[in-house]
Amino acid sequence: MTAVAIPHIEEHHDPEGSRFGMWLFLLTEILLFAGIFLLYAVYRYQFPEDFHYGATTLHTLVGAINTIILLTSSLTMVLSIAKLVRGDRKGAVVMLGATIALGLSFLVVKIFEWGDKIGHGLFPGSEELMEHTAGENMFYGLYFGMTGLHALHVIVGLGVLAVMLYRLARKPRMTVRLPAPGNVALSLASGDGRKLWDGTADADVDGVEVSLTYSKNEEMLDKEVTRLENAGLYWHLVDVIWIFLFPFLYLIT
Amino acid sequence: MEEHTRIPYSKYLMVWFALVLFTGVTIMVAGLQVGGWSTFAAIFIAAIKGTLVLFYFMHLRYESGLFKLALTVAMLTLAVIMALTFADVSFR
Repeated sequence: MTAVAIPHIEEHHDPEGSRFGMWLFLLTEILLFAGIFLLYAVYRYQFPEDFHYGATTLHTLVGAINTIILLTSSLTMVLSIAKLVRGDRKGAVVMLGATIALGLSFLVVKIFEWGDKIGHGLFPGSEELMEHTAGENMFYGLYFGMTGLHALHVIVGLGVLAVMLYRLARKPRMTVRLPAPGNVALSLASGDGRKLWDGTADADVDGVEVSLTYSKNEEMLDKEVTRLENAGLYWHLVDVIWIFLFPFLYLIT
Repeated sequence: MEEHTRIPYSKYLMVWFALVLFTGVTIMVAGLQVGGWSTFAAIFIAAIKGTLVLFYFMHLRYESGLFKLALTVAMLTLAVIMALTFADVSFR
């Protein structure tokens, strides 16, 4: 049996580089949505009357309510990060939970809004729309396309936030995987060399996994803040896109 | 924790309040029926709101110049694409 000393684990952590990577991704997202906004602008230029009529059929109040919901969710998101930076894990969890709840309410409002339009036979390819003008078809096509792609981003964002919530709510931990050919004997020693625990794994394993659960969370906090910041960046971008979608679809008549 | 900027909660609340206020303004202006200006006003107000979110909520203000440069390059690219598309569509 060969003793495998636990290698020194280098902590590579670069918050700024990590955030910059997220920003680069977000810039590609901006260009994706900008392409569709451009499509909208060109068709609005070609069919001004139809787009004017289309915008008047959307409920401004519903759009405004959803705008306020998303803006407020951005506030709770940023407060969640601010709480975590200050070491207030519980506060961060509460604020993150509020963000998720607001994101879900946005989707619920959206479902009712779409349901109302679909109920009136106004959806891409419907028999009702076939009898309308080409411009109106473009408007509703873009309305469903743009709000749909945005809603998809909200859903992805909610998934990311849910993972963050799970990570924050559990005890901070770190898992290390070590290769170990054959049977292994495990021993645990403290930093100053005192033996804490001895054990063996009789099964023929090809590696062991060591999980450390911290009672104090300072060690893990920095990494978690960076993760939460990046999740927040994504969430805010979804908000920025809606800030532009709302006036374009609901207001410009 | 020096890596992460600490910004007072009150600042975030103020930005949120400004965002809600601008939402009200943009709805009001849209109701005024000022013709071509309403499109301009809507885009202008949306740009202000977007900038507030980018600079305060997304901390762009506190990031290094590299972040701002990246955003500027993306925006300029976007401006070129939009200008060329409209140059094409308008003079067909």
